[in-house]
Amino acid sequence: MIFLRYAIWRFITMLLTLAVVSVLVFIIINLPPGDYLSNQIAELRATGQAEGVAKAEFLRQEYSLDQPIWKQYMIWVGIAPGAQGYAGLSQGNFGWSFEFDRPVAEIVVSALWMTVLVNLAAVLFVYLVALPLGVLAAAKSETWVDYTAGFIGYLGLATPNFLLALILFYYGHRYFDLPIGGLMAPELEGEPMSLLKVQSILLHLIVPTFVIGTAGAAAMMQRLRANMLDELGKPYVETAKAKGMAPARLLVKYPLRMAFNPFIADIGNLLPAMISGSVLVSVVLGLQTIGPALLIALKSQDQFLAAFILMFVALLTLIGTMVSDMLLVLLDPRIRYGARG
Amino acid sequence: MTALLEVHDLTIGFGDAAPVVDGLSFSVNAGETLALVGESGSGKTLTCRSVLRILPENAKLRSGSILFNGSGGSSDLLKLSEKELRKIRGDRISMIFQEPMHSLSPLHRLGDQVAEVLRLHRDMGRSEAKQAVLAQFEKVGFGDPDRAWRSYPFEMSGGMRQRAMIAMAMVAKPELMIADEPTTALDVTTQAQVLGLIRSLQAETGMGVILVTHDLGVVANMAQNVVVMNKGRVMESGLATDVLGAPAHPYTAKLFAAAPMIPEVASAARVPSHDDVILDLRNISKTYTMRAGGWRKPVTVAACQNVDLQLERGKTLAIVGESGSGKTTCARIAMGSETPDAGGKVLFRPDKDADQIAVHEMSTTQRTLFQRQAQMVFQDPYSSLSPRMRVQEALTEPMEIHSIGSAADRRDKAAEMLSWVGLDPDMMRRFPHAFSGGQRQRLSIARALTLNPRLLVCDEPTSALDVSVQDQILSLLEDIRERANLSYLFISHDLAVVARIADEVAVMRAGVILEQAAPDTLFYNPQHPYTKALIAAQPEPDIRRPIDLDLVAKGAGSPSLWPEQYRFQGTQAPALRELEPGHKVRCHA
Repeated sequence: MIFLRYAIWRFITMLLTLAVVSVLVFIIINLPPGDYLSNQIAELRATGQAEGVAKAEFLRQEYSLDQPIWKQYMIWVGIAPGAQGYAGLSQGNFGWSFEFDRPVAEIVVSALWMTVLVNLAAVLFVYLVALPLGVLAAAKSETWVDYTAGFIGYLGLATPNFLLALILFYYGHRYFDLPIGGLMAPELEGEPMSLLKVQSILLHLIVPTFVIGTAGAAAMMQRLRANMLDELGKPYVETAKAKGMAPARLLVKYPLRMAFNPFIADIGNLLPAMISGSVLVSVVLGLQTIGPALLIALKSQDQFLAAFILMFVALLTLIGTMVSDMLLVLLDPRIRYGARG
Repeated sequence: MTALLEVHDLTIGFGDAAPVVDGLSFSVNAGETLALVGESGSGKTLTCRSVLRILPENAKLRSGSILFNGSGGSSDLLKLSEKELRKIRGDRISMIFQEPMHSLSPLHRLGDQVAEVLRLHRDMGRSEAKQAVLAQFEKVGFGDPDRAWRSYPFEMSGGMRQRAMIAMAMVAKPELMIADEPTTALDVTTQAQVLGLIRSLQAETGMGVILVTHDLGVVANMAQNVVVMNKGRVMESGLATDVLGAPAHPYTAKLFAAAPMIPEVASAARVPSHDDVILDLRNISKTYTMRAGGWRKPVTVAACQNVDLQLERGKTLAIVGESGSGKTTCARIAMGSETPDAGGKVLFRPDKDADQIAVHEMSTTQRTLFQRQAQMVFQDPYSSLSPRMRVQEALTEPMEIHSIGSAADRRDKAAEMLSWVGLDPDMMRRFPHAFSGGQRQRLSIARALTLNPRLLVCDEPTSALDVSVQDQILSLLEDIRERANLSYLFISHDLAVVARIADEVAVMRAGVILEQAAPDTLFYNPQHPYTKALIAAQPEPDIRRPIDLDLVAKGAGSPSLWPEQYRFQGTQAPALRELEPGHKVRCHA
């Protein structure tokens, strides 16, 4: 029951945080002077296209860009009526993209799933690589195993992602016939889901996962190694040794379990770092994630599109931290019972 | 009869350095206890760990043999393979450690950690192992073994955790148990009970015990044979009755002289006077509200309640109590670093004819002055000195903060204070790591003295030190008190230490003062059952005066077990009554 109460409490705080984030996002996006439409109107006026101006003026009213900013915010969130009544985020209406001249939802919906997919694959990669390597490096600290793992890790941290991407594309294509760019074969785009499409996506995912995940894995590995080394010096390890436990089993049962906390707490941090880190990689690799769309939207002050993407990233982050917090409560009795021991 | 364990010519060293254990030999018989006694750095811990080969990685066993004649035949533990040794660890030979706080994994339930021994060595099923563990839990004194099985270590007190450790060590019925300072981290009353438990379990199973300790009092209560070690070598060994009765080696004699003892007093002391009070704590209470997180209700804890204490100028007032008794909270409030709950007041009179200052209602100038006049000496000399500051910087910094004198004046004062505490002023350029624990505590005292304080608050100043060093530091503190006309508020958990230095003692438990008197009065005529328990629990290095466990259990248990006269009503404690002049006891009339 303690856990249920905690989960509810944690969910409510997440919603509150999300509300605060929405205010910040909206303010930041509106910080540069002007907006997409006023820029466009000025340009149309300069070129003397009066009919275009009328349309832009109409859109300005339609999307309440002529209103004061606090009102714009409330309309965007959906707690004040706009030109079409209550039609904001809370009603599931994400707004209009002026750059693409389509509703935001239409532009991002497929990209959203791809983003989640690519980043989940990368997170999984990070954990699968960092966990064994970190534990191994700690258990065999200051031997060649440790040094090799450390060297590979630093190499992963230090190599620029786009460079790694280009190298992998080249060699991957040459020796393993891996596809270059995109998230699926071009002819399958827009097709309904099929076994062939799934296969194609998985094949296309290999290189991006590797590229996006390497740096994170290297950092995580070093962190886990340091945590493990701390734990290995603790008296309870001696106790377990004195019980007659075999080294491998001991390692997994006691110090690894203790070193796991920061590992889990990182889930929340990992997501935003990867999404923002993968924006450029997505552009270089030609991935249809929200990364490229965000870049365009920010450049052209396409405010509803940019705001929605930022809100989405924030939501992912908040969900990530919530999940890691709840996992910690489940895994660590000290947090569960609020002890300081 | 062959001995259970025969250690012969054991030599251990780090790298190429001189050995830290040098040519050590001893043997342990089944059913008997051998005590390895020595101060820190004597090699006693390395010795006991080498039996199970649980040593730091860079420690090398250079020579010798450890012959274990168990029921499964005889073998040299130093020559066994790791795999063969693992079968002996925890099964035939088990071990308990000093820090029950850290020696158990906080993430696993006690039942799981203890039953693991049986699953490793006995190939038992879950329910069978659980039955055995529950039975063992009951034997080590858990009232509710089922609850203990489900508990996590952090839910238990230190004494209970050490009982769980003992259960873990005993559950496979080993032939030899190694106990490495098993009670050093515990309160005296808990120590007495844990020692009693080890003794009764030993009597029941007939196992051999190696007890590592620095405390001759513990030896006298536990051991049949003693090995006294210093710097890796045996100084003296033999039957406990001989070694403790008539120490032959000067080193043993020195340890004896330094061991703090509760004196046997013939009469009560004269009444302590309260004419010129330098520090006056009036009706001090402190309640903490612990916020555990947004989804849990905050909990309030009363750290101390209605404490009234007066410290006479030039005297020492000691507050004695176990961990969690509120003694440190009192000291922090006296220093002004915590505010008492409403209604409490701390008054400080720097000089006999000066005005009293209310410590918690001072102006900024008064506060600066107060900080010069009241200084503190901390418990851990290893962490209370910055490792990156030279001695000179550490000693002159307080004067710099209060802008006293020129740089040359400050240096002279620092040098003078160093010589006061028995250190050479030439040491000013050194860093703290070049000093031993005792020397560091001298440095801390010197630092506190540089501002010419009137009042020194000493928070367990000798608890982290070896007995012989503790003795020197206490002498130093006595010296300085006379020389600089200081007054001490002395916080300690150890009645024997306090017996020596204090003019008046307040015994605290659970936030309230239970008994208060001059030390001699307290030892001559202790009234409160808890005070009696504290005195009885003090291990004396005298085989003829063993700890009276009954007395300890009666007084140190729950207050509801005290005689009617002393019992609390709910959380309401009886009033503190003056039984005879200068002797107060908390009891009903």
